Amino acid sequence: MIRLLVAAGAFVTFIAALIAAILMPREASEETAAHRFHLEPKELHLASNGPLGRFDRQQVQRGFQVYKEVCSACHSLRLVAFRDLEEIGFTGPETKAIANQWSTETPSVNPETGEAATRKSLPSDKIPSPYANEVAARAANNNALPPDLSLITKAREGGAEYIHSLLTGYRDPPANLPKDAQPGPNLHYNPYFANLNISMPPPLVAEGQVAYADGTKATVDQMAQDVSAFLVWTAEPKLENRHRTGVAVLIFLLIATVLGYLAYQNIWRDKKH
Amino acid sequence: MSFPWANQYAPKNPLTQWLDERLPLPRLVYNAVGAGYPVPRNLNYFWNFGVLAGAALMIQIVTGIVLAMHYAANGAIAFDSVEHIMRDVNSGWLLRYTHMNGASMFFIVVYLHIFRGLYYGSYKPPREMVWLLGVVIFLLMMATAFMGYVLPWGQMSFWGAQVITGFFSAIPVVGEPIRTWLLGGFAPDDAALNRFFSLHYLLPFVIAGVIILHIWALHIPGSNNPTGVDVKGPQDTVPFHPYYTAKDGFGLGVFLIVFATLVFFIPNYLGHSDNYIQANPLSTPAHIVPEWYFWPFYAILRAFTVNWLWIPAKLWGVIAMFASIALLFFLPWLDKSPVRSCNYRPLMQKFFWVLVVDIAVLAYCGAAPAEEPYVRISQLAAAYYFAHFLIIMPLVSVIERPLPLPNSISESVLHGEAEDGAPFGAGGHAKVPGQPATGHAH
Amino acid sequence: MATFEQTQEPGGESTQYVDPVRRRDFINIAAVSFAGVGAATVLIPLVNQMNPSADVLALASIEVDLSSIQPGQAIKTSWRKQPVFIRNLTPAEQQAANAVPTASLRDPQTLAERTKEGKANWLITMGVCTHLGCVPLGAGEGEARGDFGGYFCPCHGSHYDTAARVRKGPAPKNLVVPDYAFKSDTVVQIG
Repeated sequence: MIRLLVAAGAFVTFIAALIAAILMPREASEETAAHRFHLEPKELHLASNGPLGRFDRQQVQRGFQVYKEVCSACHSLRLVAFRDLEEIGFTGPETKAIANQWSTETPSVNPETGEAATRKSLPSDKIPSPYANEVAARAANNNALPPDLSLITKAREGGAEYIHSLLTGYRDPPANLPKDAQPGPNLHYNPYFANLNISMPPPLVAEGQVAYADGTKATVDQMAQDVSAFLVWTAEPKLENRHRTGVAVLIFLLIATVLGYLAYQNIWRDKKH
Repeated sequence: MSFPWANQYAPKNPLTQWLDERLPLPRLVYNAVGAGYPVPRNLNYFWNFGVLAGAALMIQIVTGIVLAMHYAANGAIAFDSVEHIMRDVNSGWLLRYTHMNGASMFFIVVYLHIFRGLYYGSYKPPREMVWLLGVVIFLLMMATAFMGYVLPWGQMSFWGAQVITGFFSAIPVVGEPIRTWLLGGFAPDDAALNRFFSLHYLLPFVIAGVIILHIWALHIPGSNNPTGVDVKGPQDTVPFHPYYTAKDGFGLGVFLIVFATLVFFIPNYLGHSDNYIQANPLSTPAHIVPEWYFWPFYAILRAFTVNWLWIPAKLWGVIAMFASIALLFFLPWLDKSPVRSCNYRPLMQKFFWVLVVDIAVLAYCGAAPAEEPYVRISQLAAAYYFAHFLIIMPLVSVIERPLPLPNSISESVLHGEAEDGAPFGAGGHAKVPGQPATGHAH
Repeated sequence: MATFEQTQEPGGESTQYVDPVRRRDFINIAAVSFAGVGAATVLIPLVNQMNPSADVLALASIEVDLSSIQPGQAIKTSWRKQPVFIRNLTPAEQQAANAVPTASLRDPQTLAERTKEGKANWLITMGVCTHLGCVPLGAGEGEARGDFGGYFCPCHGSHYDTAARVRKGPAPKNLVVPDYAFKSDTVVQIG
């Protein structure tokens, strides 16, 4: 009986504490400008979307061209080797030429003097970074570090949609933007960016900035979509394998599970349970 | 074995007889998971999760060993070695995604297994040891998973390690030396990464050993069942093989379908995008969050925001977080009800579901940023969690009126009706008037 | 003690099938076999992951520019992580190689068999002694070239001649000639 009373007393005390906690006044969390003006990424329909997605190789090649002619000036793609480009439709000799003619060369050592040097890239090399190291990259970009793009669509919330929205999202700051959220020097307003003001100046500014090899009209939106599709490939080169194998595995497992269920029912048939 | 009617192992050919006389492995298997182990006949699908947990462990070990052939545990190249696996190693993407999502599947299955234990009173006498070993396995799993997540050396890997090892510095006096000893340095770096790799490789085998003890402890009294009523005779049980081998085979199929859907179609759904950014000790991510299976505990940790009684809030959080798992060790002694299964404990059953909702709320808060209203909600939810085990459970076990239990498993299964004209075994009674309860030798 | 039989019920089961065990076993066998096929298939990626990865295979073949190698000079380069000797034979060295009666060699091969048509001056061989794998001397400026003017392995004293054929010492075979092809007069692809 005493046990019961003690336990009941404890419970009542607990409920009282809960109520007190709920009613106690709290600081409201402030709504920042970032919360108010930030935009969620727009929808983007890529061929690689969805469980059965595949790469649109034409689009991915166009995206590579955008990367090569616009982005590679500042952004490295260090996890992609030139030979990997064969997966998106370039031939062996083509990748060899792309490697050989790439604007930055692969770091190496002068065989006679031992000094740091560079050499022409081979297909087996990874795409060289435009800058020698992080210090050089920051020095050339007002202390901002242009991130490596190999995994960017997996490394950002929103993936390819975020990249596409970001690239097409540059605009003048709205009139009602609070003073402390205004873009400072070397910053550019972009509501798709978490902090609203991004160090990267708009990279895609004019239609025809890139002259597509296949003749597609290179609007800013088109270039943004194409480079987003390309960056999905750089982040997930095995996407098509994965989807194909997944379909086969799931079909196998569905059949196996059905067979397993029938065997289970068969074994338990005469046992009431 | 405790059941006198269990099938006896009989070697079927000269080879197995020779082996049985020298190293009785086939006999051991027969008595553990073969036709020689009687199991209650009324188990529902919630009893599949133990075997599925074992399967998940096997998958993690096999994929882990194979991944370790390509992974490099050095801060400068760890991240790149994982990308090498994803891009260049034959089927590397498959192995990595399987291992990554296998950890989540392991926790999903183990949580369902634990909730089964909570609901059906599987922790009660005489199975307290099974439960205690289970909590040990759970702790080892958490350690293993934490260290495994550090290995890719992404932003979350690094900062997660920073946060978790930071707990130790909350301990007064000895905290900071313990932390530097653990890390081999002043922040997570190569020393920590290498030793985490070594221990991450080791612990799964320790887990396997504890699982053997866990199953051994279980096989002394035998499995619990949804009624919580003890096995009374051969009519209450079926041999594990082929009845439960078949059912577990089917369950494995369903498990693999869920697993395959994750691995092949949404492999990064349960993960965090920040871990695809290389670790940067100079840049903290906007929101540091652990993997989903740690979210409830993370919420409890962050719920404590007030310094109280000369103990800083940070230390309260650490204590509470460890206490939330440690109190599971005391469960068999916190709940004194002689009735096992919540099917027959209507009041406890309701509180059980409140607990489930509470843990879901805690999980949601664990993933959310440490702002209002999530802070307040996690404080309430954490308080309820402790109240459930320390106040409600003991209280309810004393004051509740349980429903009448069936006399036996077979009675509950057969609902008092004749099965194919057969009478019931010992412990049952005929409900059909005029029919005597006669034994029938077979 | 009583034995509990797993398929018999106390009241006996209805036996309307002619051969109940065989028919009822079929679905069990089907399920187990199907699962077994799956288990066997799973083994494939587990075994295949140990095969060389794509980046290793990419270096399986290299191109070497020969334009800077003068007659009488040799270079050492690396192919598949192993040393390769590329030597520009002088006419004297080629004559010396051709003068040796092939039948007297431990590993009979002519210089012509070890070089390409019209490029008999280019001797491309692995820089790995066929005895126990040391890197022989002779490719670098000023290195010992052994009694036969080719290569000399200091580990156990194997001597190779101007065509890199073993003449003395414990090595059983001539220095291995890898697969190679001339892409142009000055560029050769090895592997």
